[in-house]
Amino acid sequence: MMLDQIVFYFFATLAVISAVLVVTRRNIVQSAIFLITALLATAGIFLQLHAEFLFIVQVILYAGGIMVLFVFVIMLINLDLSLHQVQFNRQWWLGLLLSLVLGAQLTVAIAVGRSGLPMGEPAPATMLEPSTQLVGKVLFTEYMLPFEVASILLLVAMIGAVVMAKKKV
Amino acid sequence: MLMNIVHYLISIWVPLVCAVIIVAVLPLVAGYIVLMERKVMADMQARLGPMRVGPHGLLQPIADALKLLIKEDIIPDEADKAIFWVAPLISVTAGMLAMSALAIGPWFQIADLNVGLLFVVGIGALGIFGIVLGGWASNSHYSLLGALRSAAQLVSYETAAGMAIVGALLLAGTLSTREIIQAQDDYGVWFIFAAPVGFFIYVVASIAETNRAPFDLPEAESELVAGYMTEYSGFRWALYFLAEYTNMVVVASIATTLFLGGWLRPFAGMPIFNFLDFFPTLLMLFVGAYCFYRAPKQPVKVQKMFMVAVGLGIFLVGAILAAPLAPSVNSMLPGLKPGLHGAFWFLLKVGLYIYLFMWLRFTFPRYRFDQLMRLGWQFLIPLSIVNVMGIGVALVLHRQWGWSHWTAFPLTTIATLAVAGWLGWADDKSEKEHPMVGET
Repeated sequence: MMLDQIVFYFFATLAVISAVLVVTRRNIVQSAIFLITALLATAGIFLQLHAEFLFIVQVILYAGGIMVLFVFVIMLINLDLSLHQVQFNRQWWLGLLLSLVLGAQLTVAIAVGRSGLPMGEPAPATMLEPSTQLVGKVLFTEYMLPFEVASILLLVAMIGAVVMAKKKV
Repeated sequence: MLMNIVHYLISIWVPLVCAVIIVAVLPLVAGYIVLMERKVMADMQARLGPMRVGPHGLLQPIADALKLLIKEDIIPDEADKAIFWVAPLISVTAGMLAMSALAIGPWFQIADLNVGLLFVVGIGALGIFGIVLGGWASNSHYSLLGALRSAAQLVSYETAAGMAIVGALLLAGTLSTREIIQAQDDYGVWFIFAAPVGFFIYVVASIAETNRAPFDLPEAESELVAGYMTEYSGFRWALYFLAEYTNMVVVASIATTLFLGGWLRPFAGMPIFNFLDFFPTLLMLFVGAYCFYRAPKQPVKVQKMFMVAVGLGIFLVGAILAAPLAPSVNSMLPGLKPGLHGAFWFLLKVGLYIYLFMWLRFTFPRYRFDQLMRLGWQFLIPLSIVNVMGIGVALVLHRQWGWSHWTAFPLTTIATLAVAGWLGWADDKSEKEHPMVGET
């Protein structure tokens, strides 16, 4: 139990700290690196929950796929510009206020409604079916329609991007 | 608390030992793969290759490693120091971490993950960050261009490799490396025979992913000096090199697991071919005897003794491999034979796959970048999708309609090959109509 907690707090702290650094770093490439760390730390928490499939999908899709493209694009644009820009505008206090209010709300909501939250006893991990098979079965039976709709949406977005970027030949 | 940790460590001692072995041995193995590559290259170009350090250059990798360790570590003034430092480590860590889910023989595996193969592929792909960030942090145009090429190439070919893997996974029905090999045992054939087109796609894509010739554009020395490694020197450079060779071992292991039957002996299910169990020992005896034969021809006495020692070492390995064949030993330790011989066959297949890489490297000239992209997007990716569909059709024919293996799989393979021919023809035509020369 002890080790579980240590591992969890390690990943959680890592995720939070790197998430903060993503916003505060001036250099976009460094921000991107901390975003990767944040994503990987979240993946680590998934792994600790025995959601192996979610873990590896997080690593492959977010860290391996999307972030590579991000970094790729960042390197092609002009970096010096962002270094000299003002990082905060005049509304920063409003943002701070809003986020504080939201944080307070969440804290109160969790503190008050904790007893009502459906947190049953977790099933022992060894009793569960392997998560890959579970995800596959649910995705292709119960959630077939939303899954296909989402696929078509992505396809449309992709075709749209290609059409917009295409040069007239 | 401390006792907890100690108990925990004791409970995982097997994976721990395996992990230490991998981290300790892999740099040495990478060094000797480099030596093997130089020797193969020399052989194909009718030269001798490294001959000076140790007999037949056998100590060359150690001398090279020592040189790289004590070389000055140069960091360019304008470089982003922190990222420049970390980048090679990312590459090496990703490569070594990917090894952890691979099963090298039924004994030797760090973790049998439920998502094993996805883990290997996904974590291995993270190594690209080391290349991209290192190229960017060097603050040099050559490095940046090399890094960009590398990223573009990896993203393009990852898709094709992934679809090729999906094809084999359909056959296996599982992602665990151990169970994939078990599935090939149950089928009676390796998946290379059920999905030859998939294997072909994986070979091409894996060469591109490991940035090796003929797709070594990220480090094309005639255009980009050394690509993303231009500004690196000494030990950091060596780490990049280690990462590259680790990645080779990883992709070779994936191919071995998925397509070449993993640790299975050829004709594992047929007792008639049981004489193949003697092959490992005979191979070792042959190599050892060759070392003895070459020993008197070495110029210096130390080298003669070294050669004899190498021969004796190989004989010892042969004897260890022969031990489980004795009926008394086998009955005493029944797990010994699959463990040792499994590791032998796995490593032999990985070695042959890497040899194939070298062979291709010294045979084909380098591609141009637009040719590389064209091959990836217009040929390999469509073909890999058709390949997955073909395997799906074959599986439906076999499982639902009761066709035999021998009709379903060859039929769909021929259909896939026909599509491949058509794709190649269409690609050729489109290249003639819209040549992209002059653009990158």
